[in-house]
Amino acid sequence: MPQEWLWGLAGGAMIGIAAALFLLVNGRVMGASGILGGLADGTTRGEAAREGMAFLVGLVGVPALIVLARGGESTHAGGHLALYIVAGLLVGLGTRLANGCTSGHGVCGISRLSVRGIVATVVYILAGAFAVLLLRQLTEAI
Amino acid sequence: MRSGFAAIAGAVFGTGLWLSGMTDTTKVQGWLDVFGDWDPTLAFVMGGAIIPMVFAWRLTTGRRPALGGAFPGPPGQEIDRGLVIGSVLFGFGWGLSGLCPGPAVASLSWGGTEGIVFCLAMVAGMRAAPSVRTQLDARFRPV
Repeated sequence: MPQEWLWGLAGGAMIGIAAALFLLVNGRVMGASGILGGLADGTTRGEAAREGMAFLVGLVGVPALIVLARGGESTHAGGHLALYIVAGLLVGLGTRLANGCTSGHGVCGISRLSVRGIVATVVYILAGAFAVLLLRQLTEAI
Repeated sequence: MRSGFAAIAGAVFGTGLWLSGMTDTTKVQGWLDVFGDWDPTLAFVMGGAIIPMVFAWRLTTGRRPALGGAFPGPPGQEIDRGLVIGSVLFGFGWGLSGLCPGPAVASLSWGGTEGIVFCLAMVAGMRAAPSVRTQLDARFRPV
């Protein structure tokens, strides 16, 4: 579809507006791995934990309602479940070691010209491109 | 009040992820497929998201968050081992699955078994991170 980039831009703007709202109103960096990880390992407590939980409820709930109303949505995730276990472990461990993911380092970090954010983004995109290259080679070989 | 705005931020974030195509693993992997059939959509998503945040960061100088407290301090400058090793691991998992934390959580309701299994493994990886970090620090001298 030729207008896919337009949806990308519009959806991206919503992501940025959400991050701006969370920063300017709540005073927090909108990083998905930080919010989820802090709750998962118990380092986020009290007020911040309540805000994190509320954030996750909105994050899961509203797209769920939209997709339920429209129907026919798919993440196109397929293949062996072991792949998703390995990938999930890597993403969970990696984002916490690096202190951020696509939203924290990518969106919130780059927009304030954080050196750590820029380095992290370059590194995870290169690693991701390498993984896709490897995956494509393997799938073609099979 | 604070939680209400956090929920709104989460809802707008999730809707943006869905609208932009970030919850479609084939689009994400297509963007990372630089040596194959490259899909440029995600560059527009990143660009679209960064622009509002450039203005938001500018608005933080000399002000306080609307609901009180303080804005986050200036970002660290140190490129340490955790940042590099962590980003390599994260990127590799991202490429394998086409999922990163935000979209994986946002698509939980329609992502099927793969999505749920991914999220459970991701939480397990997050819980393991503090002890892995301690072991890394113990094995290698600080850089």
